[in-house]
Amino acid sequence: MPTATAPAITYKIPRRRHPVLQFMVQQPLGAAGLAFIVLMAVCALFAPWVAPYDPLDVDYSSMLAAPSADHWLGTDSFGRDVLSRIIFGARTALAVGFLASFTGSTIGAVTGVVSAYFGGKIDLVIQRIMDVLLSFPIIVLAITVVAVLGKNIILGVDVNLVVAIGLPMIPKVARVVRSSALAIRELPYIDAARTAGYSDTRIIFRHMVPNVVAPYLIMITAFVAQAILAEASLSFLGLGVTEPTASWGLMLSGAAADFYQQAPWMIVFPGIAISLAVFAFNLFGDSLRDWLDPKIKL
Amino acid sequence: MDQLVENVGSDPGREQRVLTATGGSPWLLEVEDLHVHFVTTRGVVRAVEGISYTVRPGEIVALVGESGCGKSVSSLAIMRLLAKPAGRVVAGRILFEGRNLLELSDEQMREIRGRDIAMIFQEPMTSLNPVLTIGFQIMEPLLIHLGMDMKTARARAHELLKMVGIPDAERRLDQYPHQFSGGMRQRVMIAIGLACNPKLIIADEPTTALDVTIQAQILKLMQDLSRDLGIAMVVITHNLGIVARYADRVNVMYAAKMTEQATARELFAKPCHPYTAGLLRSVPRLDRARGVKLETIDGMPPNLLDPPEGCRFAPRCLAQVPESLCAQPPLVEVGPGHYSACVRAREMARVGPEGLGLARASAAVAVTKQVDRSEPIMSVRGLKTHFEVATGLKALSGGRGVVRAVDGISFDVYRGETLGLVGESGCGKTTVGRTLLRLDNPTEGQITFHGKDVTRASGEQLKQYRRQIQVIFQDPYSSLNPRMTIGEIIAEPMLVYKLQPDRKSAREKVTELLTQVGLFDYMAQRYPHELSGGQRQRVGIARALAMQPSFIVCDEPVSALDVSIQAQIINLLEDLQQKLGLTYLFIAHDLAVVRHISDRVIVMYLGRAMEIADRDALYETPLHPYTKALLDAVPIPDPLIEAQREYRVLGGEVPSPLNPPQGCVFHTRCPWASEECTKVVPELREIEPGHFAACIKV
Repeated sequence: MPTATAPAITYKIPRRRHPVLQFMVQQPLGAAGLAFIVLMAVCALFAPWVAPYDPLDVDYSSMLAAPSADHWLGTDSFGRDVLSRIIFGARTALAVGFLASFTGSTIGAVTGVVSAYFGGKIDLVIQRIMDVLLSFPIIVLAITVVAVLGKNIILGVDVNLVVAIGLPMIPKVARVVRSSALAIRELPYIDAARTAGYSDTRIIFRHMVPNVVAPYLIMITAFVAQAILAEASLSFLGLGVTEPTASWGLMLSGAAADFYQQAPWMIVFPGIAISLAVFAFNLFGDSLRDWLDPKIKL
Repeated sequence: MDQLVENVGSDPGREQRVLTATGGSPWLLEVEDLHVHFVTTRGVVRAVEGISYTVRPGEIVALVGESGCGKSVSSLAIMRLLAKPAGRVVAGRILFEGRNLLELSDEQMREIRGRDIAMIFQEPMTSLNPVLTIGFQIMEPLLIHLGMDMKTARARAHELLKMVGIPDAERRLDQYPHQFSGGMRQRVMIAIGLACNPKLIIADEPTTALDVTIQAQILKLMQDLSRDLGIAMVVITHNLGIVARYADRVNVMYAAKMTEQATARELFAKPCHPYTAGLLRSVPRLDRARGVKLETIDGMPPNLLDPPEGCRFAPRCLAQVPESLCAQPPLVEVGPGHYSACVRAREMARVGPEGLGLARASAAVAVTKQVDRSEPIMSVRGLKTHFEVATGLKALSGGRGVVRAVDGISFDVYRGETLGLVGESGCGKTTVGRTLLRLDNPTEGQITFHGKDVTRASGEQLKQYRRQIQVIFQDPYSSLNPRMTIGEIIAEPMLVYKLQPDRKSAREKVTELLTQVGLFDYMAQRYPHELSGGQRQRVGIARALAMQPSFIVCDEPVSALDVSIQAQIINLLEDLQQKLGLTYLFIAHDLAVVRHISDRVIVMYLGRAMEIADRDALYETPLHPYTKALLDAVPIPDPLIEAQREYRVLGGEVPSPLNPPQGCVFHTRCPWASEECTKVVPELREIEPGHFAACIKV
C-alpha cells in the first residue's frame, strides 16, 4: 500500500477581516448607505458649526434667492438659508426617526418574545391586538395618535410624535420577532432554564431576547427610513414639527407650495434630502439582513 | 496486493463469485493516495491525507472513524460531489473499473453517478424531494440513465419497491415522502440507489437516524441485496457493531489518515493499532456485564487546521514511543491483508495490546455501588401524559387527536441508583423525563419526590422541587445559550438561588465545577461555540451540578457524541454519582450504554412499560418479546459472536401513538401474538422477584 507524504501546495488563503471591513467588502451598497448615514449624523450633531447660517435667521434682503456662492442651495420666502435648514432638519429627522424606530421596535420585540414564550391564550390575545394595529395604514394611525395626544415636547423632541410614529411599528416587529422566538422556545437551553426554576421574566430577558437581536437590529434600521418618511409626511400635513423649527417635511409645505414655480430649490433640495436619507437607511438595512443571514453568507 | 482471494469474509460461496465477477481487473474501486483539501478563511483543512483502499466486486467494505476524520469527504470525492469551490482533490487517483474518475468530464461523471455508483445518505427525512411522488423519484434515474419509457420505468419501480420490502407497492408509488416513515424512506432511497443495477453503493451512515429494530431491517436488506445482486458496498459508519455484523473488510480512519486496514474478523480479534484497540475497548458491550469502568481514549481528535507532526494519534496514545520514532508512520503489513500505520504495529501483532501497556490500571477498578432500596427517592404511579394535536382534516373540522405519549407508567427510583429507560423513538421515554421535570404537565397519575407530592406543585413549591432535580440534554449544541459565556451559564443558578454569597465566591465555585467535570478554568470566559461537542456536554453537566441536585434526568446524554468521547462522559457521570451520591434517570436508545451504566432498566414501548428488571436479569434473561427483539437487533462489536448469533429481525414499525393498537400495544409486531392479545391490556406483573413484565404469555 502506498503511503505518500502530503503534496506540498501553497494556497492563497482568504484573509479573515475585521467584521466591519468584511461588511464593507461583501456589501458595498450597504457600506455606501452606512457612509451616508454617518455623514448625516455628523452634520446633525455638529449642525451649529457645519451650517453656514442660523436656520432661523430671517433675511428680508435676500428672499427667494437662487442658489449662489452665498447661499449654496438658495433661500426661502423668509430669506432663510435652505442648506442650513436642511442640516438642522437632519437633527429633527434623525432624532425622531431613531427614537420612534427604537421604541417601536423594542416594544415590538419584547411583545413578540412574550407572545411566543407564553403561547396559548396570551399569544392569541396579543396577536389579535397586533392584527388590529396592522389593519391601519401607518400614516393614518400616526395622524390619529397625534390628533388625540397633541404635543408634548421634552428636550426639544415631540414625544407624542415619536409615539405616533413608533406605534404602528410595534405589530410588524412583534410578528417577525415572534416567529424567531417560537423556534428558540423549543431549544433545550430554554428547557434547561425552566428546569432551573428561573422566573419567566428572567428567561425572557436573559435567555430569549439576546437571541432575537439579529432580526431586531434589521427591523430597527429598516424602520428608521420609514420613521423619517412618516415624520416628513406628518410635518408636511402640519401635524408634526411646527414652524420655525427646521424639518424636511415642513420645508415642503406652506410657503414652499406657493412659490415652487419661482423658487423650485425650496422644495427640490429638502425632497432630495428625504429621498437620500430613506435610500441610505434602506440600503443599509437590506445589506445588514443579507449579511446577518447565515444562509446567504459564504 | 497479492492476497486477493484470501480473507474474503464470512461467506464461503463468495470467493467463487468474486473471482467470476472480477473479469480482468480484480478491483472494482481503487482509491490511491487520495488527498482532499478545503480552503477556508481560517486556513487549509487537509481533510483527507493519502488515503488508499480498495473494493472488490460484491463485497461490503466499511469505512470507520469518528466525526471529522474524513470518511465522508473521501466518499464524496469518489462521487465528485465535494463542495465547490472550497473543497478539491489535490492528489491521488480514484479508479473505478480501471477508469480514473477524477479525469472524467462532468458529462461522463454524470453518467456514472446513479447508474454505476449510487449513494445513500444518512438523513432519510430530507434526502427525498417532498413535492415529487415516490414513484417519480424512483423512475427518474431509469428515464435518464437507461432511457426507459414511462410504462417500463413504472413497472421497474414497482418491482424495486417490492424488492426493498415495501408492502402495497402499486399504491405507494403515487404517494409523497411525508406519507412514509423514516425507515420506509430509507428503503425508498435504497430502491432509488438500486434502480439502474449499480455496481457500487456508497452508504454514508445509512442507519444512524433510525431506531435499532429498523436499523436491523435496513442493514439486513442491504446485506441481502449485496449478496444476491453482487453489488459492492462502501458503508461509512461510526458504529462498530454494524461493522462486526455486516462488513467483510474494514478501513479505520483517524484525523484524515488511514490507521488500520484488515478483514473484519482480523481487526476485531487482533487490532494492530493503538487507536483501533482503544476504540474497541471504549464501546460499552451489550453482551458483557459491567463491573469495570469503561476504558477511554483521553483527549480529543486533533484540529485538522493544525494537526500534530508525525503520527496523528501520538498525543492520545498510551503506547507512544519517543517522538523521533512516531514520526510519519507508514502503513505496514502485519499479516495477510492487514495493514497498520503504527511504528509498533508488528510488535503489537506479536504481543497484543496488553503487551504495549494499553490496558489501563484504572480500568480494572471495579465499580462498587451500594443502593439503599428501603425507601424510594422518587415514585411514579400511573403516570399519563397526553398531548392534544390537531391533524390533517380534523384540524379543519375542529376535531382533535390525542397523542398518548405516556400512557400509564409506574416505577420507583432509589437513592444513589441509575434507572435506565430504553425504547425506540416515539415510545415516550423523553416525555417521561420531561414530565418528571415538570416541563410537560401530567394528564393523570402521581409523582412523589422525597415523600412530597409534586404532581401539581407550583410557585415556591415547584421552585424548591426544581432545585433538587436537574437535567442533562442530548444535543450539546443547542442546550447552551449561545449568547452567554460558559462561566455565566454555570454561575447563573448559583446567583439566582443565592447559593453563593457573592460573585467572587460564585466564580470560585465555577472553577471548582469546571475542574470537577474535567475542563479548565480559562474556559469560563469562552462561548459555547468555541468548545467541542464533548466539552459542551461537560458544561451541561457542570450547569446541572451547580444547583447541587440530588436527582438528574439524563436525556440521551451521550448519543450525539463520538465513541471515544462517549466513554469519557459515561465515566464522568459514574464518578460524579459515586462522589456526590447522585441518582440518575438515564434515558437512552442505545441498549449497550444503558446496560453499562444502569442498575435497573425499564423498557418502554408506545407509552407503556413492557419490562422492568435489574440490569443483568433483563439483558441475560429477558422475558418480554419486545425486549428480546430489541436485544436481538443490536449488533455486538465482535464478528465471531455475530456469526454465531441467531438474530431475528423484528418486522413492521412502531404504530402511531395517535392511534395505538387495542389490547397489548405490541401485538401488531409480536411473534407470539394471538387473538387474546388484541383484547386484553396486559398489566405489569412480577414474574420473578424484582423482575416485571407486561405480557400475558410470560
